[in-house]
Amino acid sequence: MRIKWLTIPATLLFLICVSQCRLPALFAGDTPAEGDMFPELKLPLPQEMHDREYLKVSKDPFLLSKVDSKVLIVEIFSMYCPHCQKEAPNVNALYEAITAKPGLKSRIKMLGIGAGNSSFEVDAFKDHFKIEFPLTTDEALTVCTQLGVTGTPHFFVLWKKPGGWKVVYSKAGTIGDPKAFLELVRARTGMGHGK
Amino acid sequence: MSKIYVTFSTFFFALILCATAFAVSEQYQGRIYQPGKLKAIDSESVLKVGDKAPDFTLPSLSGGPVSLSSFAGKKNVVISFVPAAWTPVCSEQWPGYNLLRASFEARNTVMLGITVDNIPTLFAWTTDMGGVWFPVLSDFWPHGEVTSKYGVLRSNGVSERALFIIDRKGIIRYIDVHDINERPKMETLMSELEKLNN
Repeated sequence: MRIKWLTIPATLLFLICVSQCRLPALFAGDTPAEGDMFPELKLPLPQEMHDREYLKVSKDPFLLSKVDSKVLIVEIFSMYCPHCQKEAPNVNALYEAITAKPGLKSRIKMLGIGAGNSSFEVDAFKDHFKIEFPLTTDEALTVCTQLGVTGTPHFFVLWKKPGGWKVVYSKAGTIGDPKAFLELVRARTGMGHGK
Repeated sequence: MSKIYVTFSTFFFALILCATAFAVSEQYQGRIYQPGKLKAIDSESVLKVGDKAPDFTLPSLSGGPVSLSSFAGKKNVVISFVPAAWTPVCSEQWPGYNLLRASFEARNTVMLGITVDNIPTLFAWTTDMGGVWFPVLSDFWPHGEVTSKYGVLRSNGVSERALFIIDRKGIIRYIDVHDINERPKMETLMSELEKLNN
């Protein structure tokens, strides 16, 4: 009898999952959407000192919640992904547009996470495209699995709130025009012009 | 009732496992065939390190035929056999080599990419991935002849995911017949190439 009562809600949960073709966050693998709180991530410390200073993290691994910024743009990329390679100059232009504005430089930061990439592969990507913001690795795809990310690139824009990072943008694919994307980031995080 | 519960649990956890697939480039969305998990290696090796590499001539994407012997005495050669165009791991192996062209050239090495696909298929696939810097050769006809000579033709007619390093004297210096489901690590290949110069 007890099994019967357990089976009914479990079956309902299963049917909901199948009908929506996605898994609930309870089991991980559900990509955080706009409005969700971003899960805590444990990431390998970037190798270069200036990257650690930029994020203001020092422990290895570091927690994403410890990154010192109002806004964090996270790109899940792969060194092997041709779309990520094609997108790299646009992402660099976004970083340059942010750092060019003194009022934004310390409030909007960027971080790349290499899906399935080793340190060597992440470094090769960083060197080839002369990427100035920090990149770290997710060699075992632990983070990708946790985030339910199955395609690269995937961009998240996170806004720091008292309870953690809130997702204000989550999309697989390119960012498009870097300046327009920066305006979108500013608009969604209360950093519109003059703020 | 407990039997139903066990069946349900098994199916549900299988669904969770299916949802944790490898990250694939968004560029290919909808155009990549998902073969699922395959037998890691499905061929018998016929060559070993130290053997003379069998010579071959194959048609290339750029038009003319390419012979292994044309590099003898001049360049080291890396042959990258990949199983098939439009499949997940292959579509994200060769684009990675694009970023390390300078490293290959610094080690006086050329790469040759080989599949058993025909030229039109290889053209469409490599164009979609944004092109590659190295010659792409088709071992389509006679089907898989070169792939077979290198002992990496699988029983279903596609090649293994395999890397061969051949030095300037035409001697095989490294063989990696890799698990077809996984991408070989770039650092391993570069480290093996480094040994050629020592």
